[in-house]
Amino acid sequence: MLKFVVRRLLLLIPVVIGVSIVSFSIMHMIPGDPARIIAGEGATVEDIMSIRIKYGLDRPLIEQYLRFMKGIITNDLRSIRTERPILTELLPRFANTAQLALVSIIISSVIGVTLGIVSAVKRNSWIDTFSMVFSLVGVSMPIFWLGILLIILFAVTLRWLPSGGKGGIEHLILPALTLGLATSAIIARMTRASVLEVLNQDYVRTVVAFGLPKRKVIYKYVLRNALIPVVTVIGLQFGYLLGGAVLTESVFGWPGLGRFVVDSIFSRDYIAVQVGIMMIATTFVLVNLLVDLVYALIDPRLRRG
Amino acid sequence: MIILKRMARNKGAIFGLIVVLLIVFVAIFAPVIAPKDPYKQDLLASLEPPSWKHPFGTDVFGRDVLSRVIYGARTSLSISSLAVLIAFILGATVGTIAGYFGGVLDEVLMRILDVLMAFPDILLAIAIVAALGPGKINLVVAIAIYSFPQFARVMRASALTIKSSEYVEAAKAIGESNLSIMVRYVLPNALAPLLVQATLRMATAVLTISGLSFLGLGVKPPEAEWGTDLAMARVYLEIAPHLGIFPGLALFITVLGFNLFGDGLNDALNPRLKDR
Repeated sequence: MLKFVVRRLLLLIPVVIGVSIVSFSIMHMIPGDPARIIAGEGATVEDIMSIRIKYGLDRPLIEQYLRFMKGIITNDLRSIRTERPILTELLPRFANTAQLALVSIIISSVIGVTLGIVSAVKRNSWIDTFSMVFSLVGVSMPIFWLGILLIILFAVTLRWLPSGGKGGIEHLILPALTLGLATSAIIARMTRASVLEVLNQDYVRTVVAFGLPKRKVIYKYVLRNALIPVVTVIGLQFGYLLGGAVLTESVFGWPGLGRFVVDSIFSRDYIAVQVGIMMIATTFVLVNLLVDLVYALIDPRLRRG
Repeated sequence: MIILKRMARNKGAIFGLIVVLLIVFVAIFAPVIAPKDPYKQDLLASLEPPSWKHPFGTDVFGRDVLSRVIYGARTSLSISSLAVLIAFILGATVGTIAGYFGGVLDEVLMRILDVLMAFPDILLAIAIVAALGPGKINLVVAIAIYSFPQFARVMRASALTIKSSEYVEAAKAIGESNLSIMVRYVLPNALAPLLVQATLRMATAVLTISGLSFLGLGVKPPEAEWGTDLAMARVYLEIAPHLGIFPGLALFITVLGFNLFGDGLNDALNPRLKDR
């Protein structure tokens, strides 16, 4: 197990460095002179020059990259717009996104796993058909449109919940539901397939032949094995939720990291964009690693690969 | 032929195909089908609910929403098909080279793809547009870069299995050049899974275009685009909820069509997977 963990950690390093390079190069893909664009319209030559020197844009690229990475680690790197250390700006937003993603993944796991199990056990029943249609719709549903529909229903028409902003738990329900529903469709699909596969195994047929009650067979023999791949899917989806949160946060005005990145694009705060995007992608990579490790922990067959 | 027959038996695939053809038709003939000019403002008829005159209602500038939804298909499909085509060509090229030559080159190319795929959801597209700025051309570039790793992976997997086959060995033995082998044998063999990928990627591309436009990073107003129109609808949701329905519905149906068709195509090409 230790060897497996070390190997996976080593493989992670080039990817994380690659992610940081891609994120860093955002400012250098800007067509024309980044200093001029940060300075904005009507800036004098002196303004542009001072920005160039302030952000080290006159230095060689390698040096700029190393300064960028060092600045993040020591928290010396500052937002262009607010001049505050960038991590001080980003971490509270990151916490908001994590909160939203966490509640969403709980909602989608409960809905998805329940629906998947029931439709596999009662194959070809109305609930199975419903769950298949639900998965299909969920996969094709534009997340921001789902958010708009939920606002029309619960905020505008029924007036049960607020249509946006952050405050008490009532502000969290609609965005979490929006983000969670599409994911629950994917989880339901996977759970159904996995349970069906285990139901066809010889040992399940044997215990059924022994006359064990169906309920006991399902809980004691089927679910235990069927839910292992489901755990992986849930973990991977959690990573995607962090990215998918960008749109949901914009629909509901949720002050998360994704929305902050988009706002920073408009205010030309490229440092906030670089670090924000790097933070989301790195979290995604780390979550995926964690999922792999947990998977290997529950299923020893995978440790060798 | 067998594939067509298998497809014909799959109700979802047929439905998907019909939807896709319908949307393509609407996109091509938008000027003929649209009852009104999608850009003509009429401030006296602002935010009207659906009626006989305006079946989908009007937006805040009094523009006919039905006509804007119809023209939206044009915007969306033209950008997405161009972007997916570029991604297809780029991905097939990179995948063939990586799979066929293998070795260090393969290792390097695959690590680059790993990095690109480490950006969840539309985040990579957002990063590219953040640098290049909004606009249609930049949207094409962003979506092409964000989509091509999938094609490259499919192509590479296929190239790996084909390169050790006997007919490729034979071609090598009679002295065919690497380029000729790649174009004549390796690529055609991967065409089927690449086409499945292209259909599914169209769905993602359409979603990404409208998603970026919704954020204000894609197609700029006043151009008719579903995501752009939904962003405006979000502002007036309290007084004109109908604005939030129709562009989203068009978007959803388009994505559903491509997904169903792609899944059906996949099932027809790999019948053994179907029972899973």
